[in-house]
This record gives sequence, structure tokens and C-alpha cells, in this order.
Amino acid sequence: MSAATSAVLGDSTPHGTALPRRATRRVLPGFNITLGFTVFYLSLIVLIPLSALLFKTFTLTWPQFWEAVTAPRVVASYKLTFGASFIAACVNAVFGLLVAWVLVRYSFPGKKIVDALVDLPFALPTAVAGISLTAILAGNGWIGQYTEPLGLQLAFNPNGVVIALIFIGLPFVVRTVQPVLEDTEKELEEAATCLGATRWQTFSRVIFPSIAPALLTGFAMAFARAVGEYGSVIFIAGNMPMISEITPLIIISKLEQYDYAGATAVATVMLAISFVLLLLINGLQTWQRKRSGGAMA
Amino acid sequence: MSATSVRTEAPWVRRTLIGVALVFMFLFLVLPLAAVFTEALRKGWDAYWEALQEPDAWSAIRLTLMTAAIAVPLNLVFGVAAAWCIAKYEFRGKSFLTTLIDLPFSVSPVVAGLIYVLVFGAQGWFGPWLMEHDIKIIFAVPGIILATVFVTFPFIARELIPLMQAQGNDEEQAAQVLGASGWQTFWYVTLPNIKWGLIYGVILCNARAMGEFGAVSVVSGHIRGQTNTMPLHVEVLYNEYQSVAAFAVASLLALLALVTLVIKSVAEWRMEAEMKALAELPPEQPTPAANPLLGQTL
Repeated sequence: MSAATSAVLGDSTPHGTALPRRATRRVLPGFNITLGFTVFYLSLIVLIPLSALLFKTFTLTWPQFWEAVTAPRVVASYKLTFGASFIAACVNAVFGLLVAWVLVRYSFPGKKIVDALVDLPFALPTAVAGISLTAILAGNGWIGQYTEPLGLQLAFNPNGVVIALIFIGLPFVVRTVQPVLEDTEKELEEAATCLGATRWQTFSRVIFPSIAPALLTGFAMAFARAVGEYGSVIFIAGNMPMISEITPLIIISKLEQYDYAGATAVATVMLAISFVLLLLINGLQTWQRKRSGGAMA
Repeated sequence: MSATSVRTEAPWVRRTLIGVALVFMFLFLVLPLAAVFTEALRKGWDAYWEALQEPDAWSAIRLTLMTAAIAVPLNLVFGVAAAWCIAKYEFRGKSFLTTLIDLPFSVSPVVAGLIYVLVFGAQGWFGPWLMEHDIKIIFAVPGIILATVFVTFPFIARELIPLMQAQGNDEEQAAQVLGASGWQTFWYVTLPNIKWGLIYGVILCNARAMGEFGAVSVVSGHIRGQTNTMPLHVEVLYNEYQSVAAFAVASLLALLALVTLVIKSVAEWRMEAEMKALAELPPEQPTPAANPLLGQTL
């Protein structure tokens, strides 16, 4: 019997408790090589190139950096990017919850197709989404031709940015809320009804609190994705400086003018914000796991 | 009152909610998809075919296929290795490593392109050395592939880690005890178990690799017929007001998206079925009475 097998089978404690964790986990071969390769590839593709951004930023003086990231045109782009992303994420939170609810709780013809279609924004290239939404919302498009006579211009202005970001972010909310909604305990709802709660009270006091962490996670993911989005937005935005120019586009136009320092400074700001959002999402997911773990116990 | 009626709403509420959800889905998902094909066929099938037979369109298609054919296998090998070490073992810094793997998801594609310009571009770290040796990475195909690998980096690992964690180590340990080598264990025990999750990850990774726009746009240099991928070619045509040609190439990408959704749904249904089958198995904990017997046989 090899040492490894004896580690698995030989160590049965008198109390019949679980085997020592470390011993059983290390029985499988390949830990060193897979971890080594993972760290190597991660460094090569992600960490070293990302560190190039920081090194480049450190070559700027503070006034240079500050001037680049607070120029009026750049500040206007932050306002648009974050404002539009926030509105889009809010719309997605409401309608994403509705779609998830309808898909989990009700049955209707074509439900499987609708369910599959939710992921379309993940699968459809952003540039395709961009030109297609523009074609629909422009003055001569399927929807634009009706809204423009009413004075509602949907393309080539900030409205278009919001609509493109709603498209991009929808699956994040649906796909984070859906599994949690599937796992909600029906006993709690039945108890609420037996105790005299109306259906709305049951939803707002029993169901909603249990899916709130997931909804917030989905909201944060949709927001994070929207902040960095480029492909779908640039076609529909019109890209007017100070009005409908998003921050990623600022980086691109600085690069096209060979202003590497300026592009790097703005990119560093965006990267810092992505980090904060990533940590926030991780925290929310941990909270969500604890919440659902607690409910099951 | 039966148990089911307690958990549902009045029929009119139900119908309204379904109606609103479907109208929203129609406006935001179905219409854009339909618009791609309508615009592509606006001037009839002949114009559509003609647009697709342009040499520049062909070279864009070839470049896109080649990029995906390199980026997806690289991330597949990485995804399996990362999932193996994260799901099968406990070690310090594991959750930090998982967070780092997710990092490319939250980095803007434009920033992803920029970092490679800073490393390999003319003014970047390796720029002068590359120039001396006449190697082009930025504004050339290698840069496009690197940027694509970056943005599709987490897809497969992300899919496999929770799946392999849920499946646990029992089957692999059994294989080891029975004398299988590490490679045999992976090939005959682990791989069949994660097959559908793997397909799911690969198909989404591939869709993103073929459709990536922002990151590739930064490093490509937009040289027609040479460094334009399909999404970039769509942009070029669109900006030249060649609407039918732009939507014709876009329609190929939309078809790819539809195929992706079909394969993804099938993989999902199969995974669910397998998870259900797994949950219905009797508990694997040996009873105290069986334990000494197990020791004796070995």
C-alpha cells in the first residue's frame, strides 16, 4: 500500500469523523504543475501587462497626471459614462428582476427560447449590437421614426448611450437573480400567506429580502460592465465632445494623437474604478453566499 | 387552498408581468437581432452575397477564425489547469488567485488594448528591441491575438471552477487508489464529468474571441485586408456608409451568436440533468458497519 493510499484509508479516527483535510486533498497529483502554470500564464497575460500601465503612470509628474484626468472634456466623459451606466444598471435591475421572476415562476409558450435569448448580449459582438441599435433608433429606423416627431431623439445623444448599456447589462441581472429565485423556500411563502400576508406583502417582506443580495450583485456587475463598454456605445453615441463622449473613447482618441501619457492617466483612473467595483462585487457575492447558507441551516 | 395557489398571483397579475417582460425582451433583444438581417438584405440577396465575397471581407473572416483558433485553445489549457488546482486543493491565497483570474472581466476592453501597446508598442518596454529585430506585435496579428487572449482569459476557468468544486474529489481519489496515473485520472474520470461545462465555457469564450471589438481596435491599426477582424471590418464599412456590406458581415457574426446560444443552451440542459442525476445518487459516506470491511478487503 502506497503512502498516499494509507493517507486515505488508514487514518480512520475512533469517532468516525471526516478524514484529515490536508491529507486527502493532496492525494491527487498535479498540484504543483497546474498551480505553476496558472500563475505563470496569469502573470504573462494579465499581471505584467497591467503593471506596465502603473509603471507608465509613475513616469508622469503629479501635475501632469492631475491635468490629464481632470480636463473638462475628460470630466464630462466621466459624468456621461457613470451617469449612463447607473441609469442603465437601474433599468436592468428592475426589468432583469421581472424577466427572472417570469422565467422562474410562470410557464408560458416559448419560455425556453426566451430563456436562451437572455444571453444574446453575451454572444452578440458589441459592434454588431451597436450598429443594429443605431439602425433601429435613428430618425428613419423602426422605432426612431415614431419617437423623433414626438421630440424624443434616441440615437446620437446620451439617450443612445443608456439604451446600448441596457442591452449590454441585461443578462448580468437575470442570471444572478434567477438561481437564487429558484432556491427560495416555498415554506416561508406559505407561512406568510397562512399568517394573513397579502401576495404583495409576501413579496416585499419575504421574497425580496432573500433575493436582494443577488439583485445588488447583478446590478454591480451590469454597472461595472457598462462603465468599460466601448463597442456598442460608439456607434450610437454620436461622440460629441462634452456631450456624448464616453471615457473609453477619450482613451482611444488620446492614443490616436500619440498622447500615451494622457491615455495612460485616464486608463489608470478607469482601472482603479474597476478594481473597486471588482472588490465590491466579490464582497456582495460573499454576503449572498452567507445569506443563502444561513437560510438553509 | 392548495399549496401551489398560495405561491402564485392572480391571473391578471401573472399575465401583465409576463406581457411586460416579453415586450421588454422583444424591444431590447429581438428587434436588434432582426434589424441586423433586415438591413443586410435591404438590397436583396445578390447585394448580400456580393458584399460577402469582397476580398477584404474574406481576409477579415480568415483573421477572425485564426485569432479564435489560437486564443481559445490557450485559454482552454489555462482554464483546465486553473480549475484543477483551485477546485481540487486547499492552499493559502486561493481566493486571491480566483479574484485575479476574474480581473480581465472588469477591465475595460480599451484599457486591455492599451496595456499591450505600453508593453510592445514603439514607445513601450520592448518596443525598441522588437524594432531592432524587425518583429511587429502592435498593429499586427500577434497583438490582436494577445488582446483577444486577455479579454477571453477567465471564461473557461470561471465555468469549470464551481463545477469541479461541486463534484468533489471522491471519484478522482477512487481512481488513484485503483492505480490510475494522474493523466489517466484526468482523462477518464474528470474530463467526462466536466465535459458539458467545458463545452459551455469554450463556446462562450469563442463567441467573445470572434466578436471582441474594443481591445482589438486599439492594437490592430486598422490595416484593411491585413489587421481587420470581422468586427473591425464592420466598423470600417459602416463608417464608409456601406450599410448593406457592414450589415452583411455583421449578419455572419449574428449567426455565430445564434449558434452559440443554441449550443450553450444544450450544454446547460445536459449539465442540469447530470447534476440532478448526481444529487439522486445514494450518499457516498460509508456506514460505520461497512468501514472495517473496506479496510479488510484492501
